[in-house]
Amino acid sequence: MKIAVLVNEGPYQHQASDSAYLFCVAALAKGHELQRVFFYHDGVNNASRFTEPPQDDRNIVARWTKLAEEQKVDLVVCVAAALRRGIVEGSLAPGFRISGLGQLIDSGIKADRLVVFGD
Amino acid sequence: MKKFMLVNRKAPYGSIYALESLEVVLIAAAFEQDVSVAFIDDGVYQLKKGMQTKAIATKNFSPTYRALEDYDIDKLYVESESLAARGLVAEDLITDVKLIDRAALAELMEQQDVVLSF
Repeated sequence: MKIAVLVNEGPYQHQASDSAYLFCVAALAKGHELQRVFFYHDGVNNASRFTEPPQDDRNIVARWTKLAEEQKVDLVVCVAAALRRGIVEGSLAPGFRISGLGQLIDSGIKADRLVVFGD
Repeated sequence: MKKFMLVNRKAPYGSIYALESLEVVLIAAAFEQDVSVAFIDDGVYQLKKGMQTKAIATKNFSPTYRALEDYDIDKLYVESESLAARGLVAEDLITDVKLIDRAALAELMEQQDVVLSF
């Protein structure tokens, strides 16, 4: 099945982005295709390369980057939501790209399922 | 064309979900999809008439809901149980909506291709 994911919350504050990530890993392991992960609202903070959690904690941003690099997953950050929160091209961790909300609608059109992770 | 339903669950101010959800509604319409918008729980407050947001230094975006018709979005559903639980009636709302009960809304959701809830 072709699956797309929407992440509406930032890392650490809410479980949503952890759940989204674990869902993505599980879906890929089951042989599903991950069409795109779209980050909206505070979810755009998942893309910040300045994130540095304590060493004994999971690195949520690095985890997304690894997923993008190893599984060729398209990680897209909404430009309007990002700019509002001070996330610009130069703030992005590897594997993320900035684009418009149209990419979310595109996912809704192309994917068999669009799964929303929020608060 | 796919059937998109945007589900608004949160009050208009106090968090940015309502405003940013409205942006998704407009983009989905621009992509010429079959868009409907549902208001449940505190989301029904998004349509409350007479919002005055000056004191919280926030833009009042309620007029946009009235303009949705111009984007060919005329399917606005308000869950009647949520409205009643908050002491509101249809006349308290800023624009014409379809009042439907929880069971009917559930059925409507079942018919969608994409449900985005904010």
